[in-house]
Amino acid sequence: MKNYNFAFLDESSKRAVRRALLKAVAIPGYQVPFGSRELPIGRGWGTGGIQITLSIIGKKDILKVIDQGSDDSVNAISIRSFVRAATGVRTTTDSQEATLIQTRHRIPEIPLRGDQILVLQVPLPEPLRMVEPLESVTKRMHAEMDYAPIWLALYENIVRSGDIELGADYPVMVENRYIMMPSPIPRFDNPKLHKSPALHLFGAGREKKIYALPPYTDVRSLCFEDYPFRVEDMSGRVCRLCGAKDVFMDEFFDPASGKRLYQCSDSGYCEKRKENQPRG
Amino acid sequence: MDKPFALELDGLVVRYGKGCPLCTDSAQALQRNRCPRCGSIWAVRDISLRVREGEILGVVGESGSGKSTLMRALYLDSQPTAGGYYLGRYHDGKTNIYSISLQQRKYIRSHLLGMVYQNPHLGLRMFFSAGANVAEKLIAAGNRNVRSMMNRTGTLLEHIEVPLGRLKEPPVNFSGGMQQRLQIAKAVANNPPVLLLDEVTTGLDLSVQARVLDLVKRIQREFGVTMIVVSHDLAVVRMLAGRTVVMLDGRIIEQGITDQILEDPRHIYTQTLVNSLL
Repeated sequence: MKNYNFAFLDESSKRAVRRALLKAVAIPGYQVPFGSRELPIGRGWGTGGIQITLSIIGKKDILKVIDQGSDDSVNAISIRSFVRAATGVRTTTDSQEATLIQTRHRIPEIPLRGDQILVLQVPLPEPLRMVEPLESVTKRMHAEMDYAPIWLALYENIVRSGDIELGADYPVMVENRYIMMPSPIPRFDNPKLHKSPALHLFGAGREKKIYALPPYTDVRSLCFEDYPFRVEDMSGRVCRLCGAKDVFMDEFFDPASGKRLYQCSDSGYCEKRKENQPRG
Repeated sequence: MDKPFALELDGLVVRYGKGCPLCTDSAQALQRNRCPRCGSIWAVRDISLRVREGEILGVVGESGSGKSTLMRALYLDSQPTAGGYYLGRYHDGKTNIYSISLQQRKYIRSHLLGMVYQNPHLGLRMFFSAGANVAEKLIAAGNRNVRSMMNRTGTLLEHIEVPLGRLKEPPVNFSGGMQQRLQIAKAVANNPPVLLLDEVTTGLDLSVQARVLDLVKRIQREFGVTMIVVSHDLAVVRMLAGRTVVMLDGRIIEQGITDQILEDPRHIYTQTLVNSLL
């Protein structure tokens, strides 16, 4: 990668992304359009997150890449080695050691600190898209805070099936102004966004949008008075590897015993717990 | 001297097209409502109205006379070319609603106005459940309590004689008459002081027409709602409206007590209209 600029993108592209980021931070929850650049992977495969990471990463940063909680999936490994090759920065799987974390569909279990930045990959940034196909109309609806159709969709869900059935990508209200998609993190992770000391940056490469939650932003999951927001129920589930409870679990089925097995979705967290346990 | 007014329109103009010096300066130059030079359509020309609280005003006129354009402007679906619009319940009727922000207009639409469109496809979300359609108005007005909204929609559906069992069905499955009644339920969900009815009975068979009209009458009696009722059917206007205006080519050509207009029409067009009753 010697013939490429530091962090792959040219300086003016990085500046353009940073300008969009500054605007996004200034207006929490507002989707800022940006000129999504070509990357050596297809749009819709995390290119929004990668462009943000490449634009803000510095030589002293320590990078962690998460794919659906895991450090070891193909996507996580490929992105991690790509950024390392393009910058030479140190990488880690420890969320507390990392200064910059790019993630797909999870937020680390250990609360983030004020000196950390979380970059989230976003497939569909527009919460109004499910009710309105036209971009020109959704922009105006955001401007007018015309969010009744989103509430209506949630209400319809309750009328038809008795509950809000959204799993991941559960919409949130930011600072009582913009409704925002938190990217497809499980509902379990939504409360972690509220008043978090860390900076959260969201990048949608295919949809060419960037948005942000500055530290200590008010982020509330949408709910009705008599249908309060609930996270996935993890009670009674214990990680088969590290014995953790009350964290987000992946479910496995063991055909031999016919039992369900659970395991921490956050692999970095799980590894760390195992290291700290006395070996028997 | 005047009773408090519920709704006032002052010089409403809706023009489609750019307009040119010819049609802007002299209305006489128009061919019906179309400018022969620039092709602009003057759909509504200089309409002023005043409707008292609890009154039902009828609007009649032939197809293309500007009735629906007028209603769309009243429901704030479109921004008119010129004119003032005042509601007695909004800032005591002192603020021109066409000059306020879109957010404020949204508030007025969801709290102070109810609309029944001629075409149910404009007024209903055809693939959402009937219950959600009615609740949309409640949600827009800020209700965030599912139980209270379900109770309210249940009551309203009973009122319009739609079986409760069909609450979860989308209106695309409903008959035309049921769709129209569902629109009425949606329009009155928040008890708005002003109700706009655009051809509520058009296309319905006579027995269903009678039930829809009964429903409208009952709403007016029970809640004292101010209404503007557009129809090309004089029988509907005769039954509902105390006062009527007659529109032709975007203008009001005659107005007065409904009986008087129907029994003793002055304008030649109104005479033709009344005489062509089958």
